[in-house]
Amino acid sequence: MSTIRCDIVSAEAEIFHGEARMVVATGEMGELGIAPRHAPLITRLKPGQVRVILDNGDEQFFYVSGGILEVQPQVVTVLADTAVRAADLDEAAARKAKDDAERALANRSEALEVAEAQARLAEATAQLQALERLRRNLKH
Amino acid sequence: MAGGREIKTKIKSVQNTRKVTRALEMVSASKIRKAQDLMKASRPYARLMRQVIGHVARANSEYKHPFMVERTDVKRIGFIVVSTDRGLCGGLNSNLFRRLLGEIREWQGKGVEVELVCIGQKAVTFFRRLKVNMVGSVTHLGERPEVAELVGVIKVMLDAFTEGRLDRVSLVYNDFVNTMTQRATIDPLLPLPPSNELVATHAWDYLYEPDPATVLDHVLTRYVESLVYQATLENLASEHAARMVAMKGASDNATKAIGSLTLIYNKARQAAITQEISEIVGGAAAV
Repeated sequence: MSTIRCDIVSAEAEIFHGEARMVVATGEMGELGIAPRHAPLITRLKPGQVRVILDNGDEQFFYVSGGILEVQPQVVTVLADTAVRAADLDEAAARKAKDDAERALANRSEALEVAEAQARLAEATAQLQALERLRRNLKH
Repeated sequence: MAGGREIKTKIKSVQNTRKVTRALEMVSASKIRKAQDLMKASRPYARLMRQVIGHVARANSEYKHPFMVERTDVKRIGFIVVSTDRGLCGGLNSNLFRRLLGEIREWQGKGVEVELVCIGQKAVTFFRRLKVNMVGSVTHLGERPEVAELVGVIKVMLDAFTEGRLDRVSLVYNDFVNTMTQRATIDPLLPLPPSNELVATHAWDYLYEPDPATVLDHVLTRYVESLVYQATLENLASEHAARMVAMKGASDNATKAIGSLTLIYNKARQAAITQEISEIVGGAAAV
C-alpha cells in the first residue's frame, strides 16, 4: 500500500515525522482526509485533533491549537501553532506592545532620571563609606 | 607598615569581584547549552515553513499577496530590533545598535522615515533617548521565549506594512555563529525576498480553503513570526556566549590584579621589616 510522508511540527518542537497511510485533520471548512497523491492543498487548521494512520494500521493522535496544513502529492506538512490564536487575541497583543512602547517613551525623563539618581546616590554612599574608613584608620 | 591594610582590603574586594564574575561565567556557560537546544528544536519548523513558502511562491496563483510585492517608492521603513534584557555581555548590544544607527542615519539622510519595534529591555532604553519613532516593544522574555509573546510587536509591523504606512521592514539581531563569534545582522523581512529557485515546471495551483487571500495571509504571517522567533533564539544564544566571554575576561583581569596587588603588599611588608631592623641596629650602635 502506498504511503505519504507526514511532518508535524510546532515552532518550539518537532512533533511527528514519518510515513502515513492517511492523515485526518480538522480544516477550516471541515474534516479533511489526506491520502497519498492528494491534489496540492493549503488551508488553516481549527483547534482539534490530527489523526495519523500509520502504514501498519496503527493510529496516532495529536492535538493542535490551530495552524497550517499543506498538502503536496507526496508530503503532508502540519505547521502547528503552540498556543490558541485568534484575531482579537492578536489584536490585544499588538495593542499591548504599542502601549508598552508608549509608556517607555513617556517615562523617558522620570525613569531615566531615577535610575541615574540612584546610581549617583550609590556612588556617593560608597565614597562616604570609604572616607569614613580612611578617617578611622588615621585615628588609630 | 605604610598602606599595608589598605592593600589588603583592596585585594579582598578584587577577590569578591572575581567570585561574582566567575559565577556569572559559569551560569552563562550552562545557559548557552539550553539556548542552543532551543535553537535546534525550532529548526524543523523553520525548515518546513521555508519549504511551504517555496511551494507557495512557485504556485501559479492569480492572487498576489501584498507581502510578496516589491515597492519601488520607499518612504518609511521599519526595523524589528532584537536585543538582550540584561547587560554585562560585552559589546554585544552596542555593536548591534551602532550597526543599526549607521543604517538609520543613512536612510534618514535620504529623507526616509524610520519606525522601530524593540524586543528586549536594552533596545528600549537605548532607542527611547534617540529621535526615532518607537511604535512597539516587548521585554523580559526570559530564558524560554515563546512565539505568543512576540505576536504583538510583529503584528504592529505587519499591520503598518499592510496599511502602506511602511514600505520595507527589516529584522535586526545578533546571529550566533559560535561561542566566540556573534554577528550583528540586518535581514530584510518584508517584502519577502523572491526565491531564486523559481522554476515553474508546469502550471499548478493549490486548492485554497477557504480562499487564497485568507490562507496566504495566515501562512505569511506565521512565516514572519517564525523568522522573528528564530532571530530571538539566535540572539539569546549570542547573549549567553558574549556574557561568558566577557566574564571570563573579567575573571582573568581580576586574577592579574590580585597578583600585582599581592606583590605590592609583600614589598611593603618587606620594606617595613627592613626599616624596623635598621632602626634597632641604628639604636644599638648609638648606645
